[in-house]
This record gives sequence, C-alpha cells and structure tokens, in this order.
Amino acid sequence: MSIKVYVPRDSSALSLGAEKTAKAIVAEAGKRGLDINLVRNGSRGLFWLEPLVEVETANGRFAYGPVKPKDVDGLFDAGFLEGCSHRLSLGLTEEIEYLKKQERLTNARVGITDPVSLEDYLSHDGYRGLQNALKLTPAEIVKQVTDSGLRGRGGAAFPTGIKWNTVLNAQGDQKYIVCNADEGDSGTFSDRMIMEDDPFVLIEGMTIAGLAVGATKGYIYLRVEYPHAHKNLNTAIAAAEKSGYLGADICGSGKPFDLEVRLGAGAYVCGEETSLLESLEGKRGLVRYKPPLPAIKGLFGKPTVINNVISLASVPIILDKGGDYYRDFGMGRSRGTLPIQLAGNIKRPGLIEKAFGITLRELLYDYGGGSATGRPIKAVQVGGPLGSFVPESQFDTPLDYEAFAANWAVLGHGGVVVFDDTVNMAKMARYAMEFCAIESCGKCTPCRIGSTRGVEVMDKIINNQDRAKNIALLRDLSDVMLNSSLCALGGMTPFPVLSALNHFPGDFGAE
Amino acid sequence: MSQSDWDKNAVMQVIDSLKDKPGAMLPILHGIQDTLGYIPKGSVPLIASALNVSRAEVHGVITFYHYFRESPPGKHTIHVCRAESCQSMNGTGLEAHAKAKLGIDYHETTQDGNFSLEPVYCLGNCGCSPAVSIDGEVYGRVTPERFDEILDEVRAQA
Repeated sequence: MSIKVYVPRDSSALSLGAEKTAKAIVAEAGKRGLDINLVRNGSRGLFWLEPLVEVETANGRFAYGPVKPKDVDGLFDAGFLEGCSHRLSLGLTEEIEYLKKQERLTNARVGITDPVSLEDYLSHDGYRGLQNALKLTPAEIVKQVTDSGLRGRGGAAFPTGIKWNTVLNAQGDQKYIVCNADEGDSGTFSDRMIMEDDPFVLIEGMTIAGLAVGATKGYIYLRVEYPHAHKNLNTAIAAAEKSGYLGADICGSGKPFDLEVRLGAGAYVCGEETSLLESLEGKRGLVRYKPPLPAIKGLFGKPTVINNVISLASVPIILDKGGDYYRDFGMGRSRGTLPIQLAGNIKRPGLIEKAFGITLRELLYDYGGGSATGRPIKAVQVGGPLGSFVPESQFDTPLDYEAFAANWAVLGHGGVVVFDDTVNMAKMARYAMEFCAIESCGKCTPCRIGSTRGVEVMDKIINNQDRAKNIALLRDLSDVMLNSSLCALGGMTPFPVLSALNHFPGDFGAE
Repeated sequence: MSQSDWDKNAVMQVIDSLKDKPGAMLPILHGIQDTLGYIPKGSVPLIASALNVSRAEVHGVITFYHYFRESPPGKHTIHVCRAESCQSMNGTGLEAHAKAKLGIDYHETTQDGNFSLEPVYCLGNCGCSPAVSIDGEVYGRVTPERFDEILDEVRAQA
C-alpha cells in the first residue's frame, strides 16, 4: 500500500521552496522504488518550519521541517516514511506545542486536507452546517448566528446576526451575499489561508448566508495579489457545482445559490465595504455615504450581506455545532475564536486560532519566542496599517475588542506585526500617512488632503524643523482626520500616527 | 488596416465575452491586461462603447486601480512589498537593493526590457517577511543576496 506524504501548496510554503521539496521527494521515492502518494495539503501555519512535510504513520501524521531538497536524501536514509528520528523530525504533528494549544474552529481543516478535494472536505465534517441549515427556516438560521455572538472579523466587529437579520427583513426582488476577500492589511493572511487551504468552508458559509437571508447570488471580491486563492476557489466552486452544493437546486432542496469570484485590482480602500461594492459594480472604488446601509441598498442597489472571509467561514461550524457551542469560547462581548496572525520580526510566525482572551505577551513570547533578530521587542502593530502601535507596557492586555478599545487600539482582522528596538516610530508614523495618501479614494477632504499634509508635517518633525509647533499641528490634523473622514482609511490613520507619538515620544525628538 | 501596435481583435474578443456580465468593467480590464500585459489607450473607446459609459469613466477606472497599467510591462514584473511587516524585517533595505540592482525606480522597466519594478502593499506572506513576487510567484524571507539569486533563476528560465 502506498504511504501518504503531505507537502503543502499554501503560497507561504511555496514561497519557501515547497514545490522543489515536493519534486525532490517524488524523485527520491522513485529512485528507491518506494510507493508514495503525494498529497498537496494546505499549511498548518507554522511558518518557521515550512516547508513542513508530513508522513502518515500508524500513530498519526509525523512531521519534518523545514525540509529543503538537499535534506531529502538523508531523510529517506534515516527512515523518512516510518516517522524516523532525524534532526528535522518534529514528532507527531498534532503534538507540536504551537498547534496543540490552539482552538481551531474556523481553521479546523486548514493544513490537514487537500484543499480542493470535496471528498476530503466531506470526510472532515464538511457541509454538516449546510445540512442542518437546510432543515431550518431563514429566521432560525439567523438566530443561530446571532446566538453565537459572532462579530465581523474584517475588523469592524459588527454583530453578524444583526446584519443578516436586517437583510432578511429587507424587501427586494434580488438579494446578494458579498464576501470581502480584499485582505489588504499588512500582517494578515488568515483570509488567504482559508481560501487557499480550505475554500469549501467559505463556499459553505456563503451558501448558508444565502439561505438565511433569501439571496440567490454571491460574489467573492478577491484581491488580485492572491493568485493561488483565485485558482483554488474556482476549482472548489466548480466541484461544488458539479455535486449539487451550488447551483439551481442546493442538495435537492429546490433552493438556488450561485457563486462567482471577482478580482480587485490593487486598491486598499476597496476593502472598505461600500468602496468594494462600487468596484464590483465596475466603478472607481469611491466610498459611499451611509446610510443607506448595504444591508438595505447594497450591490446594484439591492439588499446585500457583506461579510469578511473569516466571518463567513465561521458560519459552518456554528450551524454544525450550534450557536451556543461557538459562544462558549471567548470573553466578555468577544465570543468565539480569532485566527491571530503573528508576523513581522518574530522567531516563530504563524497562524494561531485561539479563543478571545489570550494576551499579547503570551502570543509574542510563548508562541512567538521573541523577535526573529533576538533583539528586544519595542512595539507591535495590531490590526493592520490602521491599527495602533502597542508598547510593551500594554502587552498584558487580553485580545478582546473592548479591552483594546480601552487602550485606544484595535484588534482589527487579528494581524500582529512585531518590531524590534531598531524601529523608528516617527518613520512608521510618516509611513502611515504616506500609505493613506497613496490609497485614499479621494472622495473626502480630510483623507485626501490630510494625508498628504500629514507626510509633510512628519518630514518636518523628522528633520527637526520647529518640532514642538509641528507636533501640535500633527495632533490638530489627526483630530480632523479622525472626526471628519468618510471612512476608516482617513478616520483611522491617526491610530498608528498618534499611538506612535504618544507611546514613543523620544522617536519624535521629545526629551 | 489597423494602425495600432496592439491586437484589436484580442481586445474585442475579451470585451464581447464579458460585456453582458453585471459590473463588467473590472473583468474586462483584467481580461485585456491578462491577454496583452497592459491596457492600450486605444482600447478605452471600445470598452466605453460596449458598456455604454463615457471614455472618461473608463479612463477613471483604469487609473484608479494601481494594478492596471497603460504601457507594456517588461518580460517579468517584480513586486516588492513595502508594507509594515516586511519593513520590520529590513524590507526598506531590500527595496533599495532591488532598485540599485536593476538600476530603475518603481513603475519603470529595465532598458533590456527584462524587468519591471512595482511596489505592492502586502502579499499576504507576512509570516515570511520580507516578500517579493515575480510574475505572480511569491518568495519569502528575501535577503538582498537571495534577491540576486532569484533574479538569476528567473533569467535562466527565459
């Protein structure tokens, strides 16, 4: 019988040479006349160990990593296929501490299955949520999601059930489900991993959303920077259509739901929901005034559910195990789990799905092992380019929407970018303004003009021109952007800018 | 006889196959860029006419999005990530190295037509910073030395 060998196809694993490793393993097995069955799984999200190769043994999957092509010959000599002792051996995958301590609900299958195999998906509890949903009324589905306490994982943390209920009760001859897959925040990759490594869970979540609100058409608005996700989504959609999980008659229920992937074109602001809808309609991604809410007048003027990838991908497990099951994870008003993405200057970067409540310090040191450079960690930016920089004194804050808000910080989409003590925070503040200027849609003045003036003011501060006066000006400008921008791009750029200034005044030339 | 140096038939084929989709503009622009490598200025009136919008509207959309380009790219397009996670791992040093090595700035193409250089704001490879992508293929933990090796590999493929 052939032995299963897993080599990831996730783009981060590929970026570290997984393709060459896979080829080397196949060639070496061939040379030795060994019968292997190579499976290209997703990534477990332990990036310092990629390419992480696994072999199926009687005791479970056994891991090696990072495996380079030059290591393959020696691994086979040592008994690679039996789970051998070797300097790259990591033991049973499920026993790796980093993975074992996690609570993977949304990412339950990520790294385990062949992402585009419907058969694999079904044999790992896939489509159980949809089967339950098909037995419920739309209002009952919405109630499960409301009971779960799920809040929008894109960053705004709006209760998903309330949004769905608004669309359910809105009148319209056509309703839409739109998935916001324009994951542009630096330090985030959990949407990418879901779409590349378990695309069916997103498809299932969107199908359930369609049943819940009476929408028959869904769009996934995917950023163009994710070609592997594009390919896997399209392959999975085709497989789901072929087996009756998408199309005119979902699982024989008589209810239709169709899904299409649309590509963005490198505009960060299109991650803002109304800008995204404009883009889907074929226009420049200019932010819309709200109200009307997209739930009432969204895509093509019709009632629209627009949710982030992780929000939608969390729906299948909620419908499978019940809203109560999901709600029992977490703390306070932050219920369930958050896929945290540990990135930047960190020794052990990766995907960590945990219930809300874990602290930054646990993430940075217990999981992350400190900085990659070995220098002290000076700051972390949580929640993407519009998130605050958090200083060491706040590392004991639990990951919870309200606890972060109390520190004038955000959790956003769960990205944590680590900086060591060589970072200059004034330069980071300047970059935040520059990024806003590059990506501003231009509709509102505070963002369009404010960001450009912000770069100029930062340059003066960095060059020591009238520092005190220019810092006062920066605060004033930030106040205007914060309170009068149309959307979060201009409205939250002051978060990184002012947090850098407030926590690290020394970098701005203060005594 | 067409005076243009781009393939009008290819553009018309893309437009005809996609124009009836709801919100067809971006799919058409992607289709043209996938086929020709860029969106020729001369295709703007064709798109405008097919979608029944003004040429200004089409131009506005093309220029709003960083990804769309109006001039032919080099044989290979290199995207270097400028975002925070890559900055934390010497991304700015890598940017400077890439520019110096290629002898061009962002949005330019080398004289031999081999490489175009573009900035990108996150490739979603933040667990392996700094990152670059070449023709859609992502590379992680790219040191200046590794960047030079990758360039050599890409040149060798050609």
